[in-house]
Amino acid sequence: MKCRSCRGPAVIELRRHNAGFCGECFLRHCREQVRKAIEEFAMIAEGERVLVAVSGGKDSLALWDLLLDLGYEVDGLYLGLGIGDYSDESHRYARAFAEQRGVRLVEIDLPADVGFDIPTGSARARRVPCSACGLSKRHLFNTAAVDGGYDVVATGHNLDDEAAVLFGNVLRWSTDYLGRQLPVLPATNGFVRKVKPLVRLGERETAAWCVLRGIDYIVEECPMAAGNKHLGYKEALNAIEEQSPGSKHAFYFGFLTRASHLFRPQAHAEQEGLHPCVSCGAPTTGDRCAFCKLVARATAP
Amino acid sequence: MRVLLRNPRRELEIDGPLRVHTLLERLQLNRESVLVIRGDTLVTGDALLEDGDDVEVRPVISGGC
Repeated sequence: MKCRSCRGPAVIELRRHNAGFCGECFLRHCREQVRKAIEEFAMIAEGERVLVAVSGGKDSLALWDLLLDLGYEVDGLYLGLGIGDYSDESHRYARAFAEQRGVRLVEIDLPADVGFDIPTGSARARRVPCSACGLSKRHLFNTAAVDGGYDVVATGHNLDDEAAVLFGNVLRWSTDYLGRQLPVLPATNGFVRKVKPLVRLGERETAAWCVLRGIDYIVEECPMAAGNKHLGYKEALNAIEEQSPGSKHAFYFGFLTRASHLFRPQAHAEQEGLHPCVSCGAPTTGDRCAFCKLVARATAP
Repeated sequence: MRVLLRNPRRELEIDGPLRVHTLLERLQLNRESVLVIRGDTLVTGDALLEDGDDVEVRPVISGGC
């Protein structure tokens, strides 16, 4: 197979683009896709400080690398989840990247700084581990960004992630979530702007970016995620994609252009009902935010 | 050739020569869900794998949400 751009030998085939790319042209393709997403959705303005949520996995490290490569001022934030060897290893990859690039990695340790780890805390709180993990990340990333004076939190959600979440939300017609499923969530009172610059790249592309750039990342799957619904949705979508390349892109971007606006009024109404949590001050619709409730249950004697 | 698989990590010995897409079919893996790396180089589906190659079939699906 030949590279679509330079006709040299290809190292990766992207069937949804009906193209192969050599290493150099593939890296340029990735930069172009991220630049296009940032511009199209007005994710990051010139001079803004960005905090990237870094897990030690391929997506977040690729995102950090890409944003640095594109010239943005970006620090990383690693959240230690206390998931045994998996967390220790992912932490090593995040630190190694920061040291190699000479960039700043902010670190928060859930067990040491908040008082619980995901496996035991989620069990005590009677929540699915991925739910407790996602809630903790959303809260602590936002708090760290507000405290650190960052303008934007960037996450490594890619096209596969967004298509899988959309698939799940449509299966259950979760209209409140559909109204908020956007590549950019604007800053509101107490929330910094959240952006997903990888929405135009699939996870094969973010993994290939890391391989070609020599970035080591944790390949092993989180042990808490095994068998979760999100993975099942991804497998289902990849089965469709194999038969019909481009389906995931058409599904997600078709939603954004043709249907997303239909669900936004409900999300706006929810935003308007936000007020500070009586415990931590973070925006919430109730008296106490969901994270403070989780902490109370997860750390109860 | 030696083929490294992940999640769970394991190694297989497979006779070559064979194309990457044939290897993936034999392993019943969706080509949208993996990268194939020979040595330290990515390879496309039409690449011919030979006896003596070190091949990694790396999954790219991650479950975080």
